[in-house]
Amino acid sequence: MGIQAWTYTLVFLSFAIYIGIAIWARAKSTKDFYVAGKGVHPIANGAATAADWMSAASFISMAGLISFLGRDGSVYLMGWTGGYVLLALLLAPYLRKFGKFTVPDFIGGRYYSQTARLVAVVCAIFVSFTYVAGQMRGVGVVFSRFLEVDITLGVFIGMTIVFFYAVMGGMKGITYTQVAQYCILIFAYMVPAIFISVMLTDSVIPQMGFGSTLADGSGLSLLDKLDKLHVELGFSQYTSGSKSTIDVFCITAALMVGTAGLPHVIIRFFTVPRVKDARISAGWALLFIAILYTTAPAVAAFARTNFITTVHGKSYAEAPNWFKNWEKTGLLTWQDKNGDGKMQYFGENKAQSPGIGENELTVDRDIMVLANPEIAQLPNWVVALVAAGGLAAALSTAAGLLLVISTSISHDLLKKVLMPNITERKELLYARLAAGGAVLVAGHFGANPPGFVAQVVAFAFGLAASSFFPAIILGIFYKRMNKEGAISGMIAGIVFTAGYIIYFKFINPAANTSENWLFGISPEGIGTIGMLLNTTIALVVAKFTASPPDEILKMIDDIRVPVSTGRNI
Amino acid sequence: MVERNKHKEYWRSNLRLVTVLLTIWFLVSYVFSILFIDTLDQFRIAGFKLGFWFAQQGSIYVFVILIFTYVALINRLDKKYNVHEE
Repeated sequence: MGIQAWTYTLVFLSFAIYIGIAIWARAKSTKDFYVAGKGVHPIANGAATAADWMSAASFISMAGLISFLGRDGSVYLMGWTGGYVLLALLLAPYLRKFGKFTVPDFIGGRYYSQTARLVAVVCAIFVSFTYVAGQMRGVGVVFSRFLEVDITLGVFIGMTIVFFYAVMGGMKGITYTQVAQYCILIFAYMVPAIFISVMLTDSVIPQMGFGSTLADGSGLSLLDKLDKLHVELGFSQYTSGSKSTIDVFCITAALMVGTAGLPHVIIRFFTVPRVKDARISAGWALLFIAILYTTAPAVAAFARTNFITTVHGKSYAEAPNWFKNWEKTGLLTWQDKNGDGKMQYFGENKAQSPGIGENELTVDRDIMVLANPEIAQLPNWVVALVAAGGLAAALSTAAGLLLVISTSISHDLLKKVLMPNITERKELLYARLAAGGAVLVAGHFGANPPGFVAQVVAFAFGLAASSFFPAIILGIFYKRMNKEGAISGMIAGIVFTAGYIIYFKFINPAANTSENWLFGISPEGIGTIGMLLNTTIALVVAKFTASPPDEILKMIDDIRVPVSTGRNI
Repeated sequence: MVERNKHKEYWRSNLRLVTVLLTIWFLVSYVFSILFIDTLDQFRIAGFKLGFWFAQQGSIYVFVILIFTYVALINRLDKKYNVHEE
């Protein structure tokens, strides 16, 4: 079978599984719809959290990003895993004990204030929408590259599938499809990685192959060879960094804290039966995530080496098939500047006299994962698997985000603020309507992406880090924190972080260079400062305002122990 | 009142545990992989520069181990102070 036939078969099969699960796991109550009836097994919740978390960006873009950034790419690897330690140790068990449905529920309840709840709702919706647009785009990209259908049609197909299981099954349907999606995406990621690892280094485990000696008889280790190639071609060494230490520090911190503050990740821990289960399922989640995240940097190094050695200095007439295929998509272009008919790939440090040392190739980062199996001449079914895996990653994350949006509207906004007297049935209906509406809006953004999708990712993490994280942590660990402190802290954190990002990304992008940054911290890392600002202001304001009421103090005592104390409010 | 004090003591033990684990978390990620990466890079482990290995592999392994360690220890603490769930 050809690549296309394989792709159609695998994608169709995976979609059939998702729909089957959706029919099996229909939501019957709001509790089913919001938190899967609180009956999810911790290992299943771990797998679902992993799929929820690993998006189109993790699956398609991350390894490519790292292969171009080298050591600087570590910020994503540590930033997008280290947050789970914070989640497991500082958030998940207590939020589970608190026992409501959403993050705004906790903020509103702990800070006895509708204002606090509303601030949290607005943040949750904003963060989730910025994120979901990127996922829908990812769906469209996979469809158009592998199945050669129009991006809009691809987005439409993806939307229909998500609509089906998110609207029917709510959290219950989403959870069990995410478990299936995790299995598909991790298999699709590991198979090509293992093939390539064996090819380049004779090691079956990519994590080991990453540090091994090359199988080409040169006696060099993979990373030494890559460093050598980089220096020869005028790039800086692969294993050395070019970002400043403070910036790397702050970006890593913002991503970690942002991860721990993202509502679609947090709500997953409301779905397990007990506090104990919330803790262990964070462990399973990180274990499942780590399988991909420790493979990604290996894939990055393999793909980079493979790409340079198969392309650089080769004549265009003899270029492999995949090169011409990907040229059609515009992700790979070659311009014969010196007219010698050969492809030259050079970095910024190479002497720039015309014709000599001039780079002739432009390479889109996403190619490193998408075209990797073809570059390594792997069998057709492996190439097709990448398409099914990419779709699983994008759809699972999109569904989790859509659920946050729909619960924010039906539960936090309608039930808790605007129409407190609606019946359970009505609330469930509104939840489904909101999920449906959110799918449509997300689909619209996927088909007509605003040019700033890539830029706003910094936003999602920065805002989660500078708003939710300190408010939740202080709410659990500092009894004296009151509503005045928490609200002013959140607002200061958001205004500062959003202002900084908006200024450098939208108002004055020309000034977005390290000389103009505050303390040399890029907009990607500024959430860390926003978080510190939030905490400081919250502490100061709380010091000068009234202590929280007695029943709140009792509630905090109660969430701090797993067993029920009978002191719950 | 007795129960109250026991819960307070449980909470203090919990905070001690979390502090120790988060110190390790900070050490492997921020200290080994960012602040002192160049120093560690002078050493090698299994074909990697040590700092680079921590940044792209080691820190993630340690994160996973930290969570499972926390779960084991806090479960024991829950039992000791009799605050575990049914």
